[in-house]
Amino acid sequence: MARSALTGTRIRERRTALGLKQADLARAAGISAAYLNLIEHNRRRVGDALMERIAQAMGVDPVALSEGAEGALFDGLREAAAAAESEGGALYQAPDLDRIEEFVGRFPAWAALLASRQARLAALERVVEAYAERMAQDPFLLTSLHEVLSAVTSLRSTAAILVETEDIEPEWRARFLQTIQEESLRLSGTAEALVGYLDEIETAETGLSSPQEQLEAWLEARAWHFPEIEAGEASVPDLIAGAPELASAAARALAEQHLAQLTNDARALPLETMHAALADLGPDPGAIVARTGALLAQVLRRLAALPPGQPGLGQPGLVICDGSGTLTFRRPAPGFAPPRFAAACPLWPLYEALARPTQPIRALVDMAGRLPQRFLTYAVSEPRPTGFDGPLLMRATMLILPAPAEATEAPARAIGASCRICPRADCPGRREPSIVSGAG
Amino acid sequence: MPNKQVLLIEDEPHIAEAIRFILSRAGWAVSVLGDGAQAMSRIAEVLPDAIILDLMLPGRSGLEILSDLRADADLSRLPVLMLSARGQGRDREAAERAGATAFLAKPFANADVLARLEAITGGGEARREPA
Repeated sequence: MARSALTGTRIRERRTALGLKQADLARAAGISAAYLNLIEHNRRRVGDALMERIAQAMGVDPVALSEGAEGALFDGLREAAAAAESEGGALYQAPDLDRIEEFVGRFPAWAALLASRQARLAALERVVEAYAERMAQDPFLLTSLHEVLSAVTSLRSTAAILVETEDIEPEWRARFLQTIQEESLRLSGTAEALVGYLDEIETAETGLSSPQEQLEAWLEARAWHFPEIEAGEASVPDLIAGAPELASAAARALAEQHLAQLTNDARALPLETMHAALADLGPDPGAIVARTGALLAQVLRRLAALPPGQPGLGQPGLVICDGSGTLTFRRPAPGFAPPRFAAACPLWPLYEALARPTQPIRALVDMAGRLPQRFLTYAVSEPRPTGFDGPLLMRATMLILPAPAEATEAPARAIGASCRICPRADCPGRREPSIVSGAG
Repeated sequence: MPNKQVLLIEDEPHIAEAIRFILSRAGWAVSVLGDGAQAMSRIAEVLPDAIILDLMLPGRSGLEILSDLRADADLSRLPVLMLSARGQGRDREAAERAGATAFLAKPFANADVLARLEAITGGGEARREPA
């Protein structure tokens, strides 16, 4: 059943129109008044069974509460009212929701204008949230910030020594002056790279964020897992409808494709099959392929789409690229953040898989960073079906798991996220100089 | 009375050099280590009176080292001054949870490093129990 984010608001409107007390309705529906209060403020989603009970208690059709007959304009106005209320009633007199239809009927143009301003405000809020999120998670910005702080710390301490130590020996003075010279160069190099990076983002972006980023933000909010799909009762349009992260039509199209693939994968490898395989075989994609006869890429995708907390999987990462090497899907693992804008490290097993079609590749990797971490990766590439005489389109998939405890001493491939933030100075795959000190 | 010893675990060579200079002038014997992986064996070998530990290190993080230290019966009481270039918020809380004796955010004033170190080692008295 389609259900907008304002179902709770509609329940509250209908209840107050009926003159019912919150506690009375809650009791009739078999829930606590506090929980009903959360529902009415749109802070909890209502399941079908509970919706039935609430509707029954108020003597209305559940559809009227779920979908409403009034459409987007009314939703927009209710959203504006809800936002005003959450901002604090002191600024605005609480709108009279019972007279919303009268308002739209008498002043349709004003109502439309108010609703459109509310939509614009919501879109701008998402932009702010997206930028805040980016600042907090972007590996390039985090690394750059660390570089800046380290250089500033060196400069501040060294300059203070030179100023405050009257009897400093000439050798030490020369050494500290040299430090100031080197750290100044490092600081200006990092600042220059940061400006270039921010310029690039500005050029690359057309709005809030790319459709791929919107899709990933949505999947992140859903913990990369869809119980509805596992249960086999999901309607893709319902899942996508009303998702605030999927702001653009392109993002919604990507989400549709993604959910279609998840549905196919879940049909081929149901949850019970995966749980049994994980219990018997551990997180070993090769063994799961041997038991189930599924394709390796499908098993890799499936392992990254299971409910959180599976034994041995940690928080798995998954990256998928097309034949050009462009990352078309990025689920980060803690400590393994695929780059958002720059090209990824060419030493990832993902790209080796692309060069060796259909051959499974298992590799331990050490991800460079201020806190280097070790991962066990499984990768494979496969042609995408394009029919007879169609072009050859390849797709590579790589699952990223935490390295098992027994692998801590084993040799591992040294990789990074992206050249510009990778400290590995003598890397054979280096494309461009790094902004991280010590790298060539 | 021999100089008090501090082990400085910091991978930024210029920061390590500046701290070493400041503390040496104040009478501390300073050993420096730039890699987290060697930290535990080096601590056991040097048995310093205090440790200055950077949070983000190659090899092993400062938090991991600190957790191991607090779990070690012989070393658990060593005073540790934690340094971080990632501000005051989450890192400070994580360091406190892991058992840091004091915390200092980069960039810092030189006098603060010395003051914190003296404070966590009992105002200039070596804190290490005689063997």
